Amino acid sequence: MAEAIADTRRLYTKPQNLSDAYGPPNNFLEIDVSNPETVGVGRNRFTTYEIRLKTNLPIFKLKESRVRRRYSDFEWLRGELERESKVVVPPLPGKALIRQLPFRGDDGIFDDSFIEERRQGLEQFLNKVAGHPLAQNERCLHMFLQDESVDKNYTPSKIRQA
Amino acid sequence: MSFFGFGQTAEIDIVLNDAESRKKAEHKTEDGKKDKYFLFYDGETVSGKVNVTLKIPGKRLEHYGIKIEFVGQIELYYDRGNHHEFVSLVKDLARPGELSQSQTFDFDFTHVEKPYESYTGQNVKLRYFLRATISRRLNDISKEMDIVVQTLCTYPEINSSIKMEVGIEDCLHIEFEYNKSKYHLKDVIVGKIYFLLVRIKIKHMEIDIVKRETTGTGPSVYHENDTIAKYEIMDGAPVRGESIPIRLFLAGYELTPTMRDINKKFSVRYYLNLVLIDEEERRYFKQQEITLWRKGDIVRRSMSQQATIAAQRYEGSNSETASARAKEESN
Repeated sequence: MAEAIADTRRLYTKPQNLSDAYGPPNNFLEIDVSNPETVGVGRNRFTTYEIRLKTNLPIFKLKESRVRRRYSDFEWLRGELERESKVVVPPLPGKALIRQLPFRGDDGIFDDSFIEERRQGLEQFLNKVAGHPLAQNERCLHMFLQDESVDKNYTPSKIRQA
Repeated sequence: MSFFGFGQTAEIDIVLNDAESRKKAEHKTEDGKKDKYFLFYDGETVSGKVNVTLKIPGKRLEHYGIKIEFVGQIELYYDRGNHHEFVSLVKDLARPGELSQSQTFDFDFTHVEKPYESYTGQNVKLRYFLRATISRRLNDISKEMDIVVQTLCTYPEINSSIKMEVGIEDCLHIEFEYNKSKYHLKDVIVGKIYFLLVRIKIKHMEIDIVKRETTGTGPSVYHENDTIAKYEIMDGAPVRGESIPIRLFLAGYELTPTMRDINKKFSVRYYLNLVLIDEEERRYFKQQEITLWRKGDIVRRSMSQQATIAAQRYEGSNSETASARAKEESN
């Protein structure tokens, strides 16, 4: 009546399709932030970073894209995501206001080591955000990553897939 | 016990008749320590002796009555003053009078009902105990003896598997399956997770056993969640079509049977929480309730015992033939 030893045999599973097992995974998403370039002269200088994206996720219109963005564009993206989505948006690397004050010994915000630190922080930020299923639904993220330029007068909306 | 000048005082001792043969079970106390207590099941008789020992030889002990009670009660920690007694039996052992020497009294609570299992939790405690009391003018002398009650179940007639497809649209679709919905405390959870769509970067997957103790009613309901176990079932990134097996042995964990709405005061429920963690430490989870029950070790003995009890509860039946028939059936 009572079984002495429980039956612990595995449940039946469908054999896996070989192309699924050995083919490219469906979650390929790579984002690099690189090539910082400082443009402009004197007081009107600013640094832009190249954002390169490679993916096979259907939600991204372009499977490869390359755009240039500056720190204030990242700040704009973060603000949009916080307001439009329910995502807890990770922090950006610091604004470094102190570095913008005059009479510094180094190059302030155009200092090589500072730019490198910032570049790393921006890359971490984008990887965290772009992989979030809810953030991927926001128009602002796609515009930031793949459109030629960021239109701050856009209409916030959600991406809908057919 | 206090010695007020020349007053007589006494010690009470409760001893069960079957103290030698009765099994003891370990039970956690409120402060987390484990102690052993005599184990009883529903319907079993609780009988024994109360020994009253006079401390000062030669002096009489005046009293207003000696009694023994069998109590089953629920105690909510946030409302300690109110004990909710769901079983309360009294036997008077001596009428008000005097004891000139130490004396022993027999007691017998026959086939006493013990409907719920003993439980000591985070916010509530359910316990059974014997309490012998000598009533006196100024201060009573009393002694309590806790016992542990376990409720046994038979194999459930219907025990369907749990099979469900869940996910996030266009991101992650999985089908999870657990072989049963009702597991006994020494059972094994056998299951599998089948990946239908994986567009996120999964780092690992684990299954947790969560215990939820619910106390209070209406607007003041309070849930206390406790993760009893965390068991990693997958390390690495799965792809579509992959199946991950689950084999989780329950005997290694401190579990109680599922207790639903006990005397309308509290519940203890168990959930399996399937958790997937991605590379950015985001957690995706699905919680599913399971029913835990306690399986009896020796089924035969309780069957004939229960037949005897049943025969005695109904008037007119012949208890001897009923238990003999039951013994034949179980052989």
